[in-house]
Amino acid sequence: MRQFSFERASDAAQAAARAAEVEGAKFIAGGTNLLDLMKLEIETPVHLIDVNGLGLDEISATEDGGLRIGALVRNTDLAAHETVRRDYGVLSRALLAGASGQLRNKATTAGNLLQRTRCPYFYDTAQPCNKREPGSGCGALSEGAFSRQLGVVGTSDSCIATHPSDMAVAMRALDATVETITPVGMTRQIPLAEFHQLPGDTPEQENALMPGEIITAVTLPAPVGGTHAYHKVRDRASYAFALVSVALIRQPDGSGRVALGGVAPKPWRSDEADAELPNGARAVMSRLLDGARPTEENAFKITLAERTLAAMLAEE
Amino acid sequence: MEFNQPAGDNMFDDSKVVGKPTHRIDGPLKVSGQAPYAYERHDVAEGQLVGYPVVSTIAQGRITNMDTDAALNAPGVIDIVTALETGEMPMPSDMNAAPLFGGAEVAHYHQAIGVVVAETLEQARAAAALIKVDYEETKGSYDLEAAWQEMREDRSDPVSRVGDFESAFEAAEVTLDQEYRTPSQSHAMMEPHATIAQWQDGKLTIWTSNQMIEWNRQALATTLEIDPDDVRVDSPYIGGGFGSKLFLRAEAVLAALGARKAGRPVKVMLPRPMVMNNTTHRASTIQRIRIGAQADGKITAIAHEAISHTFPGGAGENAVDQTRRFYAGDNRLIVKHLAEMHLPEANAMRAPGEAAGLMALEIAMDEMAEKLGMDPVEFRAINDTQVDPEDPDKPFSDRHFVECLNRGAEAFGWGDRNTTPGQRRDGNWLIGHGIAGAYRGGPAMDSGARVRLQPGGTLIVETDMTDIGTGSYTIIAQTAAETMGLPLDAVEVRLGDSDYPVSAGSGGQWGAASATAGTYAACLALRGEIAKKIGTNDPESLTFENASVRTGEKQMTLASFAADGEIVAEDTMEFGDFRGEEVVSTFAAHFVEVGVHVGTGEIRLRRMLAACDAGRILNPITARSQVIGGMVMGVGAAMMEDLAIDKGRGFFATHDLASYEVPVHMDIPEQEVIFLDTLDPQSSPLKAKGVGELGLCGVAAAIANAVYNATGVRVRDYPVTLDKYLDQLPAA
Repeated sequence: MRQFSFERASDAAQAAARAAEVEGAKFIAGGTNLLDLMKLEIETPVHLIDVNGLGLDEISATEDGGLRIGALVRNTDLAAHETVRRDYGVLSRALLAGASGQLRNKATTAGNLLQRTRCPYFYDTAQPCNKREPGSGCGALSEGAFSRQLGVVGTSDSCIATHPSDMAVAMRALDATVETITPVGMTRQIPLAEFHQLPGDTPEQENALMPGEIITAVTLPAPVGGTHAYHKVRDRASYAFALVSVALIRQPDGSGRVALGGVAPKPWRSDEADAELPNGARAVMSRLLDGARPTEENAFKITLAERTLAAMLAEE
Repeated sequence: MEFNQPAGDNMFDDSKVVGKPTHRIDGPLKVSGQAPYAYERHDVAEGQLVGYPVVSTIAQGRITNMDTDAALNAPGVIDIVTALETGEMPMPSDMNAAPLFGGAEVAHYHQAIGVVVAETLEQARAAAALIKVDYEETKGSYDLEAAWQEMREDRSDPVSRVGDFESAFEAAEVTLDQEYRTPSQSHAMMEPHATIAQWQDGKLTIWTSNQMIEWNRQALATTLEIDPDDVRVDSPYIGGGFGSKLFLRAEAVLAALGARKAGRPVKVMLPRPMVMNNTTHRASTIQRIRIGAQADGKITAIAHEAISHTFPGGAGENAVDQTRRFYAGDNRLIVKHLAEMHLPEANAMRAPGEAAGLMALEIAMDEMAEKLGMDPVEFRAINDTQVDPEDPDKPFSDRHFVECLNRGAEAFGWGDRNTTPGQRRDGNWLIGHGIAGAYRGGPAMDSGARVRLQPGGTLIVETDMTDIGTGSYTIIAQTAAETMGLPLDAVEVRLGDSDYPVSAGSGGQWGAASATAGTYAACLALRGEIAKKIGTNDPESLTFENASVRTGEKQMTLASFAADGEIVAEDTMEFGDFRGEEVVSTFAAHFVEVGVHVGTGEIRLRRMLAACDAGRILNPITARSQVIGGMVMGVGAAMMEDLAIDKGRGFFATHDLASYEVPVHMDIPEQEVIFLDTLDPQSSPLKAKGVGELGLCGVAAAIANAVYNATGVRVRDYPVTLDKYLDQLPAA
């Protein structure tokens, strides 16, 4: 861990302005990911702005019948919130499938969206990684590499890392929007679908935030009804990142929405695939995973995604 | 004293303390955070500095330069020791294969090449990252499959051959010929390797976490080229070892070198992401098993041939060993290959040999039973042997494997299982049952202890024996209490200090049988001292009970003998050669029930049961803990643990606990343990053997067999993860 300076912010706009002003500054909230990365010098901020004092920890109704979730709402509180459990069940289930009770107590809504990949090559600073050190190459795509956990779709020749969040997968199924405030005090609404970016040639650029821009909330549209399910498949029963996870919202008429985790650099969903839901899991996945480029070690994720969705559809 | 003939009737046959369920006496200290583990011993040496390891980032080659200028000038840094500055150091012991420290040669990834000593951990770690190392990298060899293809047909130097395997296999009515694969595994004990080192007047003390105190005292002296008498090792509490802490490891060397250079005590802990590649692991294996049998199930031919990778000069994984003795059969062939690779050092991990070997053999036995149309329990039972199949004149000392099978089967309800794979469902879950046999040697090692009878009548036991979470404190106290006729709470046990008599240490599941025997020997010596005070040459005529000594009508409290000062006695139990005249081993049968999700292939264990034959069970509570802990480790081996090798760069890519998964609570179902009521007089005066490794042996195969029974898909490549059978599951 490098030395860093530290300040506590009490106003979101000021925090954003400060972050833009100090080069190498980062926000810290729960710290469940950032601190680990700093210890390994994968992240080396020179200045930390503690945003825990910004408030932003309320969950409230929006005018159009949706829900506004403050950026600092802890994962535990969000999962347990009555409205979330009743109207956005997929979100509650996804949250509870992630991490551990202790981590969820600390981890925040915004921090969850911003967590970094768990690719083993990203985590070992002695290995090449275009995301950690642009231009150094992709360790996971080199001869003899270990890639079983990594992405199969939306990846590039530069990077096959996945986004590790469960929460974001459910939010993507719910058409969430990310609210931000920029260093000049402007607010922005970024659909979650456009928030995370595909790696292309710039895997270090993971999201649509501008320097200094800070997430203030995530909003969910009015409830869409239907039956909500989240199935996370992993090698052990708990406390592991997904091999594949499936968020499913299904309406009585058989239509609905499907989003995938564990397969791509961002929560993976498409309107075309959703439209195939009445035609079954194979039809959905042949659209959703169209163009997938798995490695030999992770090709099973394509079968697994389809079988998991099929099992979920069969259960209802 | 010498254990030179089978134990006859003795006090342990009518025991009051030994064999009774007793909660571990160190338990309250541990659950309240008061048991001092190595890294937390702030009180033992004043002015402790922190050392942070610098490790190689290539797998093979030479260091050409280490630029430490920036690090030396970093805040808080006191000193830096580099491998270039010390040059090559003597190998610590012939049990270490890879060098721990010193010199320009890099032999494996994350080899220690330096230590930064600073005032705080944060300062040391930050400075360590500033050191720039230049290498000349060379290409190593990391592909076990390629090595296997080269050596597979080479039988020129077998471990053993009995009869004519090839002809008997050819002639057998039913045959099996299959290959099995086991991955490299990490010990993943809870406490990483940690040492505090202090030099005073040329003498070195380390407070460390280590299973074998005397080995480590010698090894540290050897590599530092100092007199072993100038080294003291203290390791009273150990947060798990599983073999990872048998031999001297780099963190102790770094602490010693750092402390010497800095002139102050230095503590070093290996950060978890360094543990997997810096220390040792269980080597991956490829195993070919051929079994031939008559139609009635009698095995006539059995061959087990295996390859494992090894650090050059090391021993690899001896996966074939149990097959020499576990099952009958007149014609036998055992072949072991080693492929030298430039991975980190493969070495002992809990049940070295058997753990990996039984993962293969016990699937093979299951497959063979199916081919024969036999119940796998019955197939194993009819191939039981009471003599060493390689040397039929040599009997097993005490073998009740068939009873393990039968008792276990009955308690588990084995007879109610579905015998046609893939045919039992519970909702979305395919239900399967599996069984595997377990075999693990019951070794003993010489073990010493010193006992001190205190003026107040309490007894202190001192031995360099270690408690790696196994319950040594408790069983040693029970043994001393039994032998001296004292209540348990009158005995204080002190362990893990090289100032105490040399013991067997903890490894190879020899610790319990050996260290209790050593304690018994020391207590008998004390009884002799007391006899002398009474004025008799015949301690046997005395009765030690109720904290008193009785002779005829006369009774005196034990305390009264020490009224003028403590009485000290010391002895070592030496295990004579006679023990090897018979095969002393332990046996078990493992039964499991699994559910496999028909859609996703996820495995959930539903029940586990072990029936164990391990001689006298010294303490049913701590022994059960050992067995269920072993079963948990077996779940990891079966379902998830995999030190994945990057074959291009030559290192274990899964080198933290997020990527190297071990079981969590939710993976572990109800566990039941049955101990057979057996005694092995050939093993020790207490007629006891180890159980700590037995609990692991065979578990993974039982799970693999249950997954087969559930799904109808046979996986022969561990871990049994869903990607290996998913596409063969029926449509949901």
